[in-house]
Amino acid sequence: MSKHRSAETRLLDPALAGPALRQSVLKLDPRHLVRNPVLFVTAVVALLATGLALAAPFAGPGLGDPATVAQIALWLWVTVLFANFAEALAEGRGKARADALRATRTETPAKKLATLGAEGWDPVPGSALRPGDLILCETGDVIPADGEVVAGIASVDESAITGESAPVIRESGGDRSAVTGGTRVVSDVIKVKVTQKPGESFLDRMIGLVEGAKRQKTPNETALTVLLVGLSLIFVLVVATLEPFARYAGAAIPVAYSLALLVTLIPTTIGGLLSAIGIAGMDRLVKANVIAKSGRAVEAAGDVDVLLLDKTGTITYGNRMADALIPLSGASERDLAEAALLASVADETPEGKSIVSFVLRTFHMNPVPERVAATVPFSAHTRMSGCDLTDGTVIRKGAVDAVLDHLTRMAGEPNRDRLVEQCGRAVERVAKSGGTPLVVAAGDRLLGVVHLKDIVKPGIRERFGQLRAMGIRTVMITGDNPLTAAAIAAEAGVDDFLAEATPERKLERIRAEQVEGRLVAMCGDGSNDAPALAQADIGIAMNDGTPAAREAGNLVDLDSDPAKLIDVVMVGKQLLISRGALTTFSIANDVAKYFAIIPAMLLAAYPQLQALNVMGLSSPESAILSAVIFNALIIVALIPLALKGVAYRPASAASLLRRNLLIHGLGGLVAPFVGIKLIDMALTGLGLA
Amino acid sequence: MPMTDSLQLVLFLAMIAASAPLLGRYMARVYEGKGTLLTPILAPVERTLYRLAGAKVDKDQHWTTYALTLLAFNLAGFLLLFAILRLQHLLPFNPQDLAPMGTRLAFNTAVSFVTNTNWQAYSGEVALSDFSQMVGLTTQNFLSAGTGMAVAVAVIQGFSRRSARGIGNFTVDLVRGVLYILLPLSIVLALLLVVQGVPQTLSPYVHATTLEGGRQLIAQGPAASQIAIKQLGTNGGGFFGVNSAHPFENPTPLSNLLEMVSILLIPAAFCFLFGRMVGDTRQGRAIFAAMTLLFLAAFAVVYAAEHAGNPLIPALSVDQTAGNMEGKEVRFGVLNSSLWAVATTAASNGSVNAMHDSFTPMGGMALLLLIQLGEIVFGGVGAGFYGMLLFVILSVFIAGLMVGRTPEYLGKKIEAREVKLGLLALLSMPLGILILGALSTVPAAGLASVQDAGPHGLTELLYAYSSATGNNGSAFAGFGADTPYQNTMLGLAMLLGRYAVILPMLAVAGSLVGKKAHAETAGTFPTHGPLFVGLLVGVILIIGGLTFFPTLALGPLAEQFAMVGGHVY
Repeated sequence: MSKHRSAETRLLDPALAGPALRQSVLKLDPRHLVRNPVLFVTAVVALLATGLALAAPFAGPGLGDPATVAQIALWLWVTVLFANFAEALAEGRGKARADALRATRTETPAKKLATLGAEGWDPVPGSALRPGDLILCETGDVIPADGEVVAGIASVDESAITGESAPVIRESGGDRSAVTGGTRVVSDVIKVKVTQKPGESFLDRMIGLVEGAKRQKTPNETALTVLLVGLSLIFVLVVATLEPFARYAGAAIPVAYSLALLVTLIPTTIGGLLSAIGIAGMDRLVKANVIAKSGRAVEAAGDVDVLLLDKTGTITYGNRMADALIPLSGASERDLAEAALLASVADETPEGKSIVSFVLRTFHMNPVPERVAATVPFSAHTRMSGCDLTDGTVIRKGAVDAVLDHLTRMAGEPNRDRLVEQCGRAVERVAKSGGTPLVVAAGDRLLGVVHLKDIVKPGIRERFGQLRAMGIRTVMITGDNPLTAAAIAAEAGVDDFLAEATPERKLERIRAEQVEGRLVAMCGDGSNDAPALAQADIGIAMNDGTPAAREAGNLVDLDSDPAKLIDVVMVGKQLLISRGALTTFSIANDVAKYFAIIPAMLLAAYPQLQALNVMGLSSPESAILSAVIFNALIIVALIPLALKGVAYRPASAASLLRRNLLIHGLGGLVAPFVGIKLIDMALTGLGLA
Repeated sequence: MPMTDSLQLVLFLAMIAASAPLLGRYMARVYEGKGTLLTPILAPVERTLYRLAGAKVDKDQHWTTYALTLLAFNLAGFLLLFAILRLQHLLPFNPQDLAPMGTRLAFNTAVSFVTNTNWQAYSGEVALSDFSQMVGLTTQNFLSAGTGMAVAVAVIQGFSRRSARGIGNFTVDLVRGVLYILLPLSIVLALLLVVQGVPQTLSPYVHATTLEGGRQLIAQGPAASQIAIKQLGTNGGGFFGVNSAHPFENPTPLSNLLEMVSILLIPAAFCFLFGRMVGDTRQGRAIFAAMTLLFLAAFAVVYAAEHAGNPLIPALSVDQTAGNMEGKEVRFGVLNSSLWAVATTAASNGSVNAMHDSFTPMGGMALLLLIQLGEIVFGGVGAGFYGMLLFVILSVFIAGLMVGRTPEYLGKKIEAREVKLGLLALLSMPLGILILGALSTVPAAGLASVQDAGPHGLTELLYAYSSATGNNGSAFAGFGADTPYQNTMLGLAMLLGRYAVILPMLAVAGSLVGKKAHAETAGTFPTHGPLFVGLLVGVILIIGGLTFFPTLALGPLAEQFAMVGGHVY
């Protein structure tokens, strides 16, 4: 992820702000505004207010103070523009990224093959390719379309989409067969079967998503819009009926003042920032190099209850590594360390290398090459490695039975039982703790046991702890036997594990969790993961996985890092929290606006209502204007919050609620009292009201 | 607060807190069809009723069928009551030979009793025969209460059932509510009231000679039975015009206490019924706590305002040490008048033992606001609870997002459909109070009903429309309700306040009942602790406040500030 940090745009990048300003004017197009009901109402009201402002100087005092009405009209337009600006800015950030992606999507020539075995190829434009077509991609070629490698092996530079500069291997069969249009073959030749129609490729979808152009409202966004429309409707009723009630009380309310009251009451803050929040959430995901196939998936990520994580690569490093030495039959730990070191020098396997580095690190020993007469590298056949020293000592290390057989040969058959007994307990202990024992022998002596274990990634335990606090259970998926799995599960701090996992068992497990009412997220890469990915509520497919897996998941991780699942959940939660916080803030704001506007409007009917002017605003005109201006400015003030998202720390729902209610609920109640008062003082000072 | 007042308040609250959970548990068993103490006696009656009604009682109804059955049943009840009121001169038990009721007043009255409002634009003793009172009104007192309770149970089923289709059976819910809950409780209360001196007779009115030698006609009738159900069923329609201030309706301090407890008993029990039915008693307790909090806040305002009285009165060298006693019975005093007023406006009961019109502006405003919040602070039987669930849904939706999950309540996702329906229900109060109220300020026919000048007149008007839309039924007085215009418009307001909430809420239940329930984890929005109670109270006050603050400013607030400033209208 860090590799993208440099490209990360600053919040108010001047390069983005300029086009965004232009966009915010273009977005006044009614066809665009109507998609956001709250903004649409605001714009209509602004239009009405403009008409009133033009008429006010010529009409009587009934339309209100002309200067105030003009300023109200102006600020109402500014409110709409600010909201448009927020959306344009969010889109601009995505667009900057989309443009970079689009640059790679210029018309690519393709080498079309008639059949898999065909000798020659026809040059065709990439846009003419259809699913099922076969194409040839040679060194230096840009792959013209998404597809699956059907023959050959090649290294491919995928930096255009992942930002990762090291080429990756793509080969036919297996789980690394998917190639993406726009990436470049660095070496060798592959034959690719096209899987996507032009214009629907992975890259196209990514561009569409980050640009937010074809963005559809997510289910929760729709529901929230319904709430905002409903609240707006209530406020329309309130404002519309205030006029007759006031007339009953003997006061006339200028229409412009009513319009001002309406716009300050309807939830313009959240209404104006809602789409920016959504686009920015998607952008955060893209920045984490995860592509969501729909906004719905991001939202659902916030609801996840259970995470299924593969052990290898996610929870542990994947390779077994030396973790401890257990000396036996009177050997010293140093003797054992030295023998293990000598026996592993020629061992090129990750296990062997880990023994060398463990001994060097722990015992500060150096291998002494001059003592070694001959080395015996590890082979799958002998399952041992070692060396023969110049003094004739034969040193071996390897799998338990292999080394025991070797020792039996050296020490004679009658000693076998004694040897088995010597190492039996240590071997058993290592196995029980989830590790793999290797035995080390020198001559006919058993020196001890090397404890190889799956090393749990540092910090992962804390992460699971955080997830647990958030109410998310983690389930480790592993092919290991239950004993080993239990030991690693305990060490990593996962809540549960599925041992000896097969694709079928994974699918069963997901279904069982869902039946109990839980939302399940998982990641996978292989073709056999596809059913489970499709069944899971959130499926993250690894980008280097098979096309089947990529189709089945609803998110694709370009970095192919399964631990990303956790980040995705966080992004989803942050998106929802931002929405909730701004909604709460917006509604809480209305209390102060009432205390500004209501006394100002009704003072003519009942002078005693001055008592409700708790902020001590200087004049009715100034009070109304201050509320309108506050309402516009708060949108701009909250743009950074909408784009960055509300600060999120993993915690239980109860503590999150307490914290956010305090900040955004209570804060939303208090802030406008202060803000409106300050604006009132400024207006009075400037002589504007 | 004097010691005696505090003791009475504590006694009242303790009686509610002790009896509501027990009753709630009993009610849950009744609605779930489990055996109760009364089952051996009532089960045969229940079966007979189903046979007579020809109802397929073992069939669960889809929400639309449930709603249609309810509407048809209520329509039939309306037509029957309307006919009785129009034809009472031809019907038996009319010892005073009272004339038939006028068409518009009969429409208003029939709507009023069918919707559990019991707004009375007439005075019982001079307008209604014993037959109209007993067969007409008392029947609807039971049935309208039973209807509200059935709806609440159906809405609760929406949360408690998982991946189901039906939300229950209206006939069964109605019959069980009336037979097992309302009838037994009413019989007990009626007997207690008779013991306290409330008349229960079919004899004609009594002529009496007063000590000064004047002649007086004393009205009486089968009062105890009607009063029992009017309090238990949050109906509130009095047997006598002055309602519970009348010595025959409410003769003693004990009858006063019993009646106050009866008003809140079933609405409070619904919280605990809810907890039982959804399998988590904490959820019910949280809602009870929110209701109690709002109740006490309103009581504190009313009591303080009434106790302080009008600052202008002492200047006239009139003693006001007992508080504002205008329009109050001396035997009840400030505490029992305030407590009763708060209980009756909180619970959409509408019976009065003091004249709300004569309360101080702040006291009157607290009562008005209790109604305007949607009659959800305990509220009408059943109606208050499903109204409260509406606010719970809104609170969960607004603030639920802040825990980083899409909103859910009791495991059920709150999505666009529920929000849409909830807001539709929420709109009924502003529509009825603001739109119909504002309309009434325009034509002369509407304005004619307002008897006082200035902000107080507006308060009277607002109170009438709030009372009608909130299905409360209490009158602020000072408002000429029996005019053709008001009879029609207030009738419409009552219909709006009742069915424009019932139908969307049943639809919410229908939508929720089909959803599967999400498992609860540490990441689930907690809806049972003090934090949620505070949030719920906050959302209710903010939404209610934002909707009605401008009109309250023009009414009671303007009056209050004027009073403080030494000015009266």
